[in-house]
Amino acid sequence: MTKIEELVKEQAEKHGRQRTSLMPILQAVVSSEHYLSEEAMVAIATELDLSTADVFGTASFYTFLDTVPRGKYIIRVCKTITCHMKGKDEIIRTIEDMLKIKLGETTTDKKFSLLQANCLGWCHKGPVMLINDEVYPEVTPEKVTEIVNQYLKKG
Amino acid sequence: MEKQIKKVDLIFGKVDYMAIMEQSLKRTRDEIILDVIDSGLRGRGGAGFPTGLKWKFAKNEDADQKYVICNADEGEPGTFKDREILTQVPEKVLAGMALCGYCIGASEGYIYLRGEYNFLLPSLYKHIDDFHKKLKAMKFDFTIRICSGSGAYVCGEETALMESMEGKRGEPRNKPPFPTSEGYLGKPTSVNNVETLVFALMIAKEGPTKFKDMGTFDSRGSKVFSVSGDTPTPGIYELELGMTLEQFVEEFGDGDTKAVQVGGASGFCVSRKDFRSTLIGFEGIPTGGSMMLFNSSRSMFNILNDYLEFMEEESCGQCTPCRVGCQQLLKGIEAVKKGIKPPAYLEDLQKLSDTMRIASKCGLGQSVPNPFNSIINNFREEIIY
Repeated sequence: MTKIEELVKEQAEKHGRQRTSLMPILQAVVSSEHYLSEEAMVAIATELDLSTADVFGTASFYTFLDTVPRGKYIIRVCKTITCHMKGKDEIIRTIEDMLKIKLGETTTDKKFSLLQANCLGWCHKGPVMLINDEVYPEVTPEKVTEIVNQYLKKG
Repeated sequence: MEKQIKKVDLIFGKVDYMAIMEQSLKRTRDEIILDVIDSGLRGRGGAGFPTGLKWKFAKNEDADQKYVICNADEGEPGTFKDREILTQVPEKVLAGMALCGYCIGASEGYIYLRGEYNFLLPSLYKHIDDFHKKLKAMKFDFTIRICSGSGAYVCGEETALMESMEGKRGEPRNKPPFPTSEGYLGKPTSVNNVETLVFALMIAKEGPTKFKDMGTFDSRGSKVFSVSGDTPTPGIYELELGMTLEQFVEEFGDGDTKAVQVGGASGFCVSRKDFRSTLIGFEGIPTGGSMMLFNSSRSMFNILNDYLEFMEEESCGQCTPCRVGCQQLLKGIEAVKKGIKPPAYLEDLQKLSDTMRIASKCGLGQSVPNPFNSIINNFREEIIY
């Protein structure tokens, strides 16, 4: 049994093998592996007795269920109107310069991905970004440099 | 100038929510539902369906299992009040769900929490554990679980939300059947917004009169507003309904407000000349709480462009009018701006947006014409030049 198959099995034991368990299992695999590989989706389909197409169809619908490899830390900068007005472009440029990647890309060491997201629900405290589940409201280029530096130091 | 808008504290004020539960369980389900109907409370997520009626429909269904769902998939641009409610007074939301469960005869409740708010999970789980213990002590059987979303705006539409909970693509269902007869897993389900549940709890506490006496005929009570954009005081405010946009701008504007987007990307843009005649509420322009102010330094083209990009990305793609319509509207205004298409092309686009309103399957596609037509009609020259 591969590592992914083991993870899927473990999650199926935890959440059950009904169709309603599919979302929590997909989410758990993404939070552990940072994306859903073909191998993972096949394993989930087998474990839940669903067609692989069905699993991929569900996963590909959701923005947060990535089907392409992402970094350990996924940075999502809110791009919707108020954050746009408050300077999200500058935030993105700062992060691009620090990590030497463009928007949508992942660092070669697979540590960071830089993405944009639709409204994150902090319009009164924009610009805002998420790093995985952690939220950082009212960021400035200075603040974002400090935050990303902390993550750079982390494993 | 004297501030005319009345601030209210029904949502964020601390209450003895278990006392409300205890007192409510002594009353009949019909009594409580009648109070909620009588209060005039309408859903606070945006659509505004009368809450008491929804509960009554769900209650009248005969089924072995029913469900309560708290819709915390707050995704409308410019809305952030549900996050704040779940942060500050989660126990009131849980009690509102249990109250709904009692009224409609459901023993299971779910919070559908958008993935962007996953950081709330640890605290919510703690509150739920605590609440379960208290309910058990009262011998009331009701269990609450959380389902996490994964970044899809359309899942805020109640039937798409249930599809997502069932482990499927979040594509809206045909209505009817309505969720109160066939909802989650085909069982009668009451889907209520976070804020609505707290208001229902407060109505159970204080009776319908206090709530009913506030607001206007069609828009009773108060509402939590999310204020953002060009304002010196962005934030969350619970205000009595019935104010005009002029009063609102006087309170929150920066002195140079040229337009307010009422109701988020799916709402309406109101320009300065109409502030006085526009009522915020179901008689005028309804809102799920999103109020975005724009001053004269802002390009309305950029704003419309942002909204259309948002809708184009978030359209589930299931029905053609919405999927293709969003793309064409977005491409269309860009083409007019660049001079590739003549200004008169905007009229063709408006016809397309009217078609989307009639032919789209769910509220997403049906409401794209709101920002589109209102911004084009009010700021046509900014779109063209």
